[in-house]
Amino acid sequence: MTSLSAKDKEAVKTFWAKVSSKATDIGADALGRMLVVYPQTKTYFSHWKDLSPGSAPVKKHGQTVMGGVADAVSKIDNLTAGLLNLSELHAFTLRVDPANFKILSHNILVVLATMFPNDFTPEVHVAMDKFLAALALALSEKYR
Amino acid sequence: MVEWTEQERSIITSIFGNLDYNDVGPKALSRCLIVYPWTQRYFASFGNLYNAEAIKTNPNIAAHGTKATYAELSVLHSEKLHVDPDNFKLLADCLTIVIAAKMGSAFSPEVQATFQKFLAVVVSALGRQYH
Repeated sequence: MTSLSAKDKEAVKTFWAKVSSKATDIGADALGRMLVVYPQTKTYFSHWKDLSPGSAPVKKHGQTVMGGVADAVSKIDNLTAGLLNLSELHAFTLRVDPANFKILSHNILVVLATMFPNDFTPEVHVAMDKFLAALALALSEKYR
Repeated sequence: MVEWTEQERSIITSIFGNLDYNDVGPKALSRCLIVYPWTQRYFASFGNLYNAEAIKTNPNIAAHGTKATYAELSVLHSEKLHVDPDNFKLLADCLTIVIAAKMGSAFSPEVQATFQKFLAVVVSALGRQYH
């Protein structure tokens, strides 16, 4: 859609600095929620023993995913170049339908709202929404 | 026809029972106008919407967020207001975020699933009269 303005990037970096210490919890909660609220996403994890929120595989994978988001924050000035390898991974190996990026983004935003109700203002919300959308776009780069 | 379990009904009743409409309504609407600025096109007559501060303090937005009449809402939205039904989903997402912020950890995955299912039904009902 629209590219990130300097103001958006500032808002993302400032907010991320506040919440990054909770990255693992955020990732685990968002992933767990996604599997419950959007059951079709479970198809990508049929090899896991336990898909319930708070389970070990969900926690571990939530941490992996948020690690990617943290990395993206540091590469916010050129997401397409910065996320090239991750895009190839998602496109050729994992083959995640890109529609799911939007679903996970929504759940990340919901978790941020529950965990940081006072900091997750509408202004921060729009910056994070744009950032996650830009991240998803960069991840989709290598698909076709 | 949508089926509701006893548990889902009780979750929805509990959320709306504890809701302060005068607080949540305006918050959700102003969040929608800030996060998805193209939705402002439907509120051109409301006055100053030039920035987030103006939106949050606009009295017309505050009043509109609390309207709770359901008479022919769908027909109103399609025939008179010409609102693109995609916007209903945007407002529903903003409402989810506002409720999540209010409930914190009480907004569990199960509660989120039930709430989103409820909003999806409302959104679908609002869009039904379009042609």
